[in-house]
Amino acid sequence: MAQSTFDIEALLREALSPIEPPERLGTRVETTLLNLSEAAADELESWELSAMRDPRNWVRPAVAVAVGGAAGTGLAVLRWRQAGKARARGRGSVLDRAVDDVAGAVRRGVERLQDR
Amino acid sequence: MDKGELDDRFSELYRSHLRDVYSYAYYRVGNHHDAEDLTEQTFLQAYRHFERALRESDGRPLRPWLIRIAHNLAANHFRDRSRRPQTSIDDDESTTVLRATHTTEDLVEERDELARILAAVQDLPEDRREALIMRFALGMDNREIARAMGRSDGATKVLIHRAIKQLEGLVATTPTPGT
Repeated sequence: MAQSTFDIEALLREALSPIEPPERLGTRVETTLLNLSEAAADELESWELSAMRDPRNWVRPAVAVAVGGAAGTGLAVLRWRQAGKARARGRGSVLDRAVDDVAGAVRRGVERLQDR
Repeated sequence: MDKGELDDRFSELYRSHLRDVYSYAYYRVGNHHDAEDLTEQTFLQAYRHFERALRESDGRPLRPWLIRIAHNLAANHFRDRSRRPQTSIDDDESTTVLRATHTTEDLVEERDELARILAAVQDLPEDRREALIMRFALGMDNREIARAMGRSDGATKVLIHRAIKQLEGLVATTPTPGT
């Protein structure tokens, strides 16, 4: 880069310093991911299979399956924070069990849909 | 890739780039409230499409993809709510940023200079401003910025060069605070 831009670049690096996200943001993102996964599991558990005869109703379970599948990934964020404690205790955390419950609910919902 | 591995990869992405996404969002929208919303939405979008992104990335870093999501959401944010990016970061916000990142009390003069730079950055056209945020706040190289902005490497290099030149002009014509 040309010499004439050196100072402005140095100033830019200082002026545009990275911003640390507030602690509450991490908690908020993780909570949102967890809520999404729970909502998806509830959706699948309560779904009336008879409604599947009407194609207009296919969108909801499809979305729930998609969200449920993705939500498990989101929960990894939480699992990451919990992993240290869980390892220290030598057993799965409450969160890990919750993840398994959600995964099971999603799996059962998908199987039920497939059975139809 | 099995589910466990996918989980681990997403966790890694989140841990590595939360600050990047938040910094980008903050400098883009100009306040902490909207920056938090934008950051949250970015990661939600990211995990919805994470598996496909991994598959298609062919081993390349995913930061440009993540920033591109934030970029698109920011564009929607301004369009949907008929809002424009703030022409300058609020005085309080600007002071907070500078206080948070430049804590030495006796550098008042330097803080004024940096505030002037920040104000000038906000006056740049959107694409130039974004490129500078990616380069200087996130430390992205030309190739990463090109991927995030959907441009060629050459076009990105030119964009950044012109952004810096324009910024120099803006700063030179902006009166120093207190004069």
